[in-house]
Amino acid sequence: MSSARAGTTPWLLAAPGALLFTALVLVPLVLTFVLSFHVYDTASGVKDETTLAHYATILTDSYFLNIFWRTLRLAALTTMLCATIGAPEAYILSRMGEPWRSIFLLAIIGPLLVSVVVRAFGWSMLLGPTGLVNEVFRALGLGTVKILYTETAIVIALVHVMLPFMVIPVWTSLQKLDPMVEAAAWTLGASRFTALRRVVLPQVTTGLLSGSLVVFGLSASAFAIPALLGGRRLKMAATLVYDEYMHELNWPLGAAIAILVLVINLVIMLAYQRVVEARARRTLG
Amino acid sequence: MGFLTLDGLTKRYGEAAAVSDVSLGVAKGEFISLLGPSGCGKTTTLQMIAGLVEPSAGRITLDGRDITHEKPDRRGLGIVFQSYALFPHMTVAQNVSFGLEMRKVPRAERDTRVKQALALVQLAALADRYPRQLSGGQRQRVAVARALVIDPPVLLLDEPLSNLDAKLREEMQFELRGIQRRVGTTTIMVTHDQSEALSMSDRVVVMEQGRIMQVDAPYRLYESPATPFISTFVGKMNRLPGVWRQGGIEAGGRLLPCDGAGLAEGAAAVLAIRPEKIGLTAPGGGVIDGCIKARFFLGSAWFFTVETSAGLVGVSLPNAGAEPACEGEAVGLAWSSASAKAGRPEGVLSA
Repeated sequence: MSSARAGTTPWLLAAPGALLFTALVLVPLVLTFVLSFHVYDTASGVKDETTLAHYATILTDSYFLNIFWRTLRLAALTTMLCATIGAPEAYILSRMGEPWRSIFLLAIIGPLLVSVVVRAFGWSMLLGPTGLVNEVFRALGLGTVKILYTETAIVIALVHVMLPFMVIPVWTSLQKLDPMVEAAAWTLGASRFTALRRVVLPQVTTGLLSGSLVVFGLSASAFAIPALLGGRRLKMAATLVYDEYMHELNWPLGAAIAILVLVINLVIMLAYQRVVEARARRTLG
Repeated sequence: MGFLTLDGLTKRYGEAAAVSDVSLGVAKGEFISLLGPSGCGKTTTLQMIAGLVEPSAGRITLDGRDITHEKPDRRGLGIVFQSYALFPHMTVAQNVSFGLEMRKVPRAERDTRVKQALALVQLAALADRYPRQLSGGQRQRVAVARALVIDPPVLLLDEPLSNLDAKLREEMQFELRGIQRRVGTTTIMVTHDQSEALSMSDRVVVMEQGRIMQVDAPYRLYESPATPFISTFVGKMNRLPGVWRQGGIEAGGRLLPCDGAGLAEGAAAVLAIRPEKIGLTAPGGGVIDGCIKARFFLGSAWFFTVETSAGLVGVSLPNAGAEPACEGEAVGLAWSSASAKAGRPEGVLSA
């Protein structure tokens, strides 16, 4: 009796979560996967025949390939910018005394409490032709610059939204660092910069890499920001899927794009994860 | 003055002074300990010498060069931190090599010097390990090798043995001192452990509340502590209050013989004597009688607490191989008047 209970208890405990995951993630994913092989006809809609035509279209049409390439490029650029801004930010944060540390930490995490849509609209007000940024440019005699509905606008807003996801893991790994280790490097003749590069940075790479993973994944699948700041013309993967579903009504093609984005994202992230783990094993055991 | 000179060194945090007016001259090749309870300013003093804490006032000179405001990476001192502060992402050899790389020492010479340094601390076999794969004692040796490989004019040790267990601590005391003797590096060690300070140093600097209380050779510090605080902080000390009479102190109805230069007849005084300078006799055979209240066996010695009419007295006897007096037994306490000293109650010079 008791051994039977011990055997079933873990399953019973895991069941609610597993059911929820199956119902809300696995089933829709499988349905989407199946849908992506269905034939679509503009006159009669989705048919009960299967085809690989959607995948062939996506992989050969330069329109789709361009959007994929842009998605990859902007996500990578956002990740790089987040790393270059977020890592020093986390370092400064970790060297701050109370109460400033708490105040700045709140300022970094605070924006997460505001909807991404609201923040995207905020940026569109700032970056628009009559927005604050262009007012300043005009006042400086630089003329009006088109920022809104360009890749620049998307990257600026993405970096803003994603920064906490970089700062927090880096900050966490800095917390584990013995502050005397940096002092030891100075006393051995390393300048402040060399100590940072040779001693501090290598020890926060795990934080930096896991932060990059989150930022890249979220940026590559971001919807609200490209939709609101990229305009109708400048599409990224998520907005493309939305368009195929809601405007073209070609659900199978949309499903095929979604599956491809998922697979590409998964491959990149898994490859990255391997690098992270290999590195962590080597330095931290 | 000395090779390394501290002149009126002071560190204030707001109103509070962590270190006030510390002046000290250290001779070349000397091993100095800064000894004191936690919060006495010894570590702050060390960090000011290292350049990690900016002094509020005073001067530090090294071999005639004023280094008071020099950046830590320009001072070239070797420092062993309490936490060892090894670089966890580098191997033992890379850790030791770091300081040489910073000095742009050529590759071949670097390798030779790293090997020598690791041989010095008997770690040559572990050169390719990472710090996390080492025991506490091995990490400590890596930290020592890393600090010594750059040939520093001065080696600073911040509580180097406090993270080791008792047995290892004792071994490393002798080993550190041995290494220091062989290399001849001027060394300043911070410690709160009086036995460590006594056994390792040429001179001990006792600090209390940010000030230097006494600077002396270990033996002299033990035999002639400058203040009651030092007498109880460095070793154990019995302190029996009474009244000075010719030839001794009257306490508990007895005249206890002791040395008491400069005391006026009938003045209040305190007799101070180390536990190991008292002997046990049959009742009536000593200076004062008492009853053994507690007995502790310490391996190399026995320690007794004896209740007397003058107060509780600690007595330490070497372990001679036979079991001595038991708890509850009546005994007499004997000592020579030269080994006990009397002083005024607030500031007894003694031992």
